[in-house]
Amino acid sequence: MGTGDYLALAAGAGNTIAISLLAIAIGTPLGLGLALIRWGRVRGLDGVVATLVSLLRATPAVTLVLLVYFALPTVGLEVPRFAAGVATLTLGSMAYNCEIWRAALLAFPRDQLDAACAFGMPRGLRFSLVVLPQIARAALPALVNEMTLLIKVSPAVAVIGVTEATRAAVRIGATTYNPIPPFLVALAIYVVVIGFFVATQRMLERRHRAGLFA
Amino acid sequence: MIPHGIEVLWEQRDAMLAGLATTLAIAAASAACAGLLGLLLFALLISRIRAVALGLTWLIDLMRCVPFMLFCYLIYYGLPSFGIVIGNLMAGIIALTIYNAAYIAELLRGAFAALPREGIEAGQAFGFHGWRLLVRIILPPVLLSSVPMLGNQMVQIIKDSAFLVIIAVQELTFAANEIQATYYVPFASFVCAMLLYWGLCLAVEGGVRAVVAMAEVRR
Repeated sequence: MGTGDYLALAAGAGNTIAISLLAIAIGTPLGLGLALIRWGRVRGLDGVVATLVSLLRATPAVTLVLLVYFALPTVGLEVPRFAAGVATLTLGSMAYNCEIWRAALLAFPRDQLDAACAFGMPRGLRFSLVVLPQIARAALPALVNEMTLLIKVSPAVAVIGVTEATRAAVRIGATTYNPIPPFLVALAIYVVVIGFFVATQRMLERRHRAGLFA
Repeated sequence: MIPHGIEVLWEQRDAMLAGLATTLAIAAASAACAGLLGLLLFALLISRIRAVALGLTWLIDLMRCVPFMLFCYLIYYGLPSFGIVIGNLMAGIIALTIYNAAYIAELLRGAFAALPREGIEAGQAFGFHGWRLLVRIILPPVLLSSVPMLGNQMVQIIKDSAFLVIIAVQELTFAANEIQATYYVPFASFVCAMLLYWGLCLAVEGGVRAVVAMAEVRR
């Protein structure tokens, strides 16, 4: 493996990180939105969301990315590979995050809401000041866990030709006829990236706990 | 457009069903092997041989940081370098087995850690030790309490099996992709595949619920 190969792997790692972060940044709030629809029992939408989430959670990322990339052009939407990859991972992340947010919402003590109501707090404030800070803290470990799962399925976007870390390694292996070294470098990249998420979560939890007892 | 897609799929139903059958066979074989290997790893994890348990913990943690697709490539391209020549299907099953065995061992260890110690101590007091302690005293409650998580892992195996399309294993996603490439019906073929995966996962969830209900009755 030459310097160029290491650079290609670094570029691939950059793509893996960019795609994953974008999908996390879009999928997490979307998941919250879906969870709120289910929590608020919005008539008509509730069942649709439940079905969609169940279907998406059962769908392999590879199948979904192929669907997004090949089916969208048939309805006149030409999407670049990268965008199709982000859209796919976002859909999956949205579905998983919906369940995580929903669990946090269901565990939320109702009496706090009643108290806020009694003080005449409007709905929006009730949510942003009372509910959100607490469910965000409760959901954090599960959300970070889901982020690491998302990074682990992100190589799926390689099947439509997005050159992320895994595909970069495959290409180097194909040209050098020695596939193992680039795969081991890619493996190290994933361990570092996922390890970073896990360490961040541990730190945030420690800080929250310290704040709780301060 | 969509009625046409459904028509094509109906004509190609044999190819789709063959893909589904392959996915089912791969998932069942890998799940059985991963379950057995996971049990063995679990036994070593809780054994008194500290060095083995520590090394295994380290390996399992490492495995949980690796994307399945990368691991699949490593097995597929790596085993021949050690002189082990196998077909694509076999490589896929081996990759699924080893990868998921690590997760199963870890979830069994979690269930074991949550178990009250008294039962095990009582078993030891009655002279159970080693293999018999594991099989007669430890495993029954551990397995029973981890049924829902084992079900989740089964769903994971079914979903991971779609990754085998990259090493040209002719499973469900492969079949859907072949049909869409030949007849240009991407929407119908992939949605059909998604619905079939959904059916498999719902069946697993139903099975888990039935087992949990049965366990409740017997308790």
